[in-house]
Amino acid sequence: MLIATCMLLPVAGACVLLLLGKWPNAREAATLVTGALTFWFVRGLLPYMREGARPRLDVLEVIPGIELAFEVEPLGLLFALVASFLWIVTTLYAIGYMRGHHEENQTRFYFFFAIAIAAAIGVAFSANLFTLFTFYEVLTFCTFPLVTHHQTDEARKAGRVYLGILLTTSVGLQLLAIIWTWQLAGTVEFTDGGILAGTASAGVLGAILVLFVFGIGKAAVMPFHRWLPAAMVAPTPVSALLHAVAVVKAGVFTVLKVSVYIFGIDLLGTLAATDWLAWAAGMTIILASLVAFRQDNLKARLAYSTISQLSYIVLGALLANRWGIIGGGMHIAMHAFGKITLFFAAGAILVAAHEKDISRMHGLGRTMPITFGAFFIGSLSIIGLPPAGGSWSKWFLGMGTLEAGQVGLLAVLMLSSLLGLYYLLEVPVKAFFLKPPSDAHRPEGIHEAPTLSLIAIIVTAAATIGLFAYPDLAYELMSMVVPEAAQ
Amino acid sequence: MSHHLPVLLVVIPLVAAPFAALVNRPRVSWAIALGAAWWAFYAAFRLLAQVMSDGTIHYELGGWAAPYGIEYVVDPANAWVLLIVALIGAVVIPYARASVAREVSEDRIPLFYAAFILCMTGLLGIAVTGDVFNVFVFLEISSLSSYALIALGPDRRALTASYQYLIVGSVGATFIVIGIGLMYVMTGTLNMADLAEILPQLEANRTIPVAFTFLTVGITLKLALFPLHMWLPNAYTYAPSAVTAFIASTATKVAVYLLLRFFFTVFGAEFSFDVMQLDRILMPLALLAILTMSLVAIYQEDVKRLLAYSSVAQIGYIVLGISFASALGLTAGILHLFNHALMKGALFMAMGCVMYRVGSVQIDRMNGLGRAMPWTMAAFVGGGLSIIGVPLTVGFISKWYLIQAALEQGMWPVAAVVLAGSLLAVIYIWKVVEVAYFRDVDPEAGISEAPLSLLIPTWTLVIANFWFGINASATSGVAQRAAELLLGLAS
Repeated sequence: MLIATCMLLPVAGACVLLLLGKWPNAREAATLVTGALTFWFVRGLLPYMREGARPRLDVLEVIPGIELAFEVEPLGLLFALVASFLWIVTTLYAIGYMRGHHEENQTRFYFFFAIAIAAAIGVAFSANLFTLFTFYEVLTFCTFPLVTHHQTDEARKAGRVYLGILLTTSVGLQLLAIIWTWQLAGTVEFTDGGILAGTASAGVLGAILVLFVFGIGKAAVMPFHRWLPAAMVAPTPVSALLHAVAVVKAGVFTVLKVSVYIFGIDLLGTLAATDWLAWAAGMTIILASLVAFRQDNLKARLAYSTISQLSYIVLGALLANRWGIIGGGMHIAMHAFGKITLFFAAGAILVAAHEKDISRMHGLGRTMPITFGAFFIGSLSIIGLPPAGGSWSKWFLGMGTLEAGQVGLLAVLMLSSLLGLYYLLEVPVKAFFLKPPSDAHRPEGIHEAPTLSLIAIIVTAAATIGLFAYPDLAYELMSMVVPEAAQ
Repeated sequence: MSHHLPVLLVVIPLVAAPFAALVNRPRVSWAIALGAAWWAFYAAFRLLAQVMSDGTIHYELGGWAAPYGIEYVVDPANAWVLLIVALIGAVVIPYARASVAREVSEDRIPLFYAAFILCMTGLLGIAVTGDVFNVFVFLEISSLSSYALIALGPDRRALTASYQYLIVGSVGATFIVIGIGLMYVMTGTLNMADLAEILPQLEANRTIPVAFTFLTVGITLKLALFPLHMWLPNAYTYAPSAVTAFIASTATKVAVYLLLRFFFTVFGAEFSFDVMQLDRILMPLALLAILTMSLVAIYQEDVKRLLAYSSVAQIGYIVLGISFASALGLTAGILHLFNHALMKGALFMAMGCVMYRVGSVQIDRMNGLGRAMPWTMAAFVGGGLSIIGVPLTVGFISKWYLIQAALEQGMWPVAAVVLAGSLLAVIYIWKVVEVAYFRDVDPEAGISEAPLSLLIPTWTLVIANFWFGINASATSGVAQRAAELLLGLAS
């Protein structure tokens, strides 16, 4: 029952706020209340996990053997917790941002936003590949109106890239992999230890793994990453919650889920394709960092940084050992908080100072100290430095690479951190320490972003530090996914 | 009464047709058509329920025993097709009233409804009968009335489209009757069950392969299998909107049913696929249809024509399923008969709404319609998602079975083509979506939402697309029964 509530609440909230469209205050209050309630209910599932229970909800049998069903397990719960908590914070932020930036069609915006969250929770709680694929596609389609929110030519072109890549990969590769799995295993249920072991030759299973990893386009493994920078035409709250948290994490979450519950890490470790794909993820980590270097547009830089970070999680899954999975899962949470802080800051800079380009932000740190301070903290987390949460997930990922005997991949992680050190910290450092460019006609009296947005930034930045001190919950959930005995 | 259901299903609409023409009042004619269509729907539904629970129904026309008399045979395969035809008829007739009043001149409206009912009667008759010559008779009834219906289109080009269809359709019908004639000469019977028994003894005879060939070409002309589809785009484009919605969802489906009936029941799967190697011709043509016709659809500027080419591609999916000659493949094909009827019906009806308000379905006239006609365009998006094959729509269910059937035989390139077809569908559907949602509406045009009498039937089909996409156990169950029956795996 709790499961249905978690997913139906955002949908119900979406309908309510559609009716309240004429009264912005009531509409946004409805969104906030829905968000808070959703998070509360998702949290209510936590005790079940601790008892080792797996609450299940069978909706209906679509065709014989293929069910629309939900089952909560620790990994999914972790993802749902992150998404629903950040939804509340993002709503706060969005209220300030959308009003401050005078965006149009705000009701439509909040409506599809709520639907997207419902879809993300649907992905998180899916009991089988079919259900997961369904909500994965719902997520693609309901974020399209958000990406193309401005309905300009630029938005239309970006929308094409967005849908084009996400659908090509999901329909062309992932669906094929799912049906192939069904053909071989006779089931697509997520099962502890996987379902594919012993059903076909290593070559065929490797091919299916390749189809999955590249077919889950939302995980943005190169060369299927172009949709993510394209999606940056969306208003910043969308980039922040969907393209740093819900949508992209739905992708890497699926990769983790497939690795653990469809292949099973034991089988995964024996496939030659796993190694090969781990290196593809490693390449993505480095290449995306290098591209991020060259971006002057702040949101574009953050997008490439996201691509790079997503591959950390894919890599974690493909290391096929306990530490890799734990590190990957924790990175879902850690990266979410860090990256959303960065996007919030980027949006705040846009609203308050109307600047998009990093080279024009010199000196802004003095007028917007809180925003750039938060950016600094978020950057630390992404790079993986204490005192930010990101250091834990990096630590576990590093242990995973050593456990797998992949020193080369460890080097990749280190190199990427070094690159991040430069391309992320450059922003606050230049903002604080350099003089504004001489041609910048900054309007008088720039100050911090709207109060609500500022609160959101402070909350996520504080949480990023908090996760360094208390990473227990994420770790606890992830160690339930791969119990020690499995080693 | 329920005993006579198979014949009443056909006879009541057949008798209603002349009345619809004779009363000569548009509204009364429409009411008669509505009664006939809803009766057919009720009867088809009852028949399907009966067949699924009690097994095949045999009905001897006029009490004359088969094989001398004409026999109507209803089994899951044709009960399914009857339901498709009747369902679409029952949804399109209420829709037709407003749409036809706009597109057809008033003095011809009674004739329109008469032709419409006749066309439906013919299609139902083809499906229900167990006699091959009777098939030909009903084929002519449905064909001749559909030529007339198409010719009633508002554009003058409807006349040439109809003429083109007349020529090609007549060639097809002639081939079919030659095939039937040759079989009659060799076996002395026209009853399908009887033919199925006698034909295997004559396998060595050369006339039978010739009859088979004539039938194959004739039927594939009628079902518009690439490259024999040339009549279809013009006919669908220029026909009145209600006619396009009806014919696109039913006429080609019934032709596919004929293909199934002849190749599996009459000739038998063994003869058709092992001896004649039908799959070697059907599969490449189906794959070509999926790829080339989807590509051609992308370049169309008239949305009805775009959807027409998409139909040819979708027929490719159905024929592909059949060409596997396996239980799964056949299930996929038979399921897609129904599913494609739902999606194309919804899409063509949405375009009818646009035609009603805008007077054209040229893509450049659809600027900003997402804002001006939100419900109509939402219906188009819904049907479009189904064509693409997004989960929770019927299109996904078809694709699921079809790909499974391909992988079962290890034909993963075929699976890849099916998926590529889906992606091409994204392009041609999104092309319309972009125009409707990303361009500004022309404020002077004063376009408003279509009336409810158009929207309700359209949305009925859109909702059906999702309903049967979420809860497909019933539809796939029937399709599977029909497939097993045709393959002779079950009784």
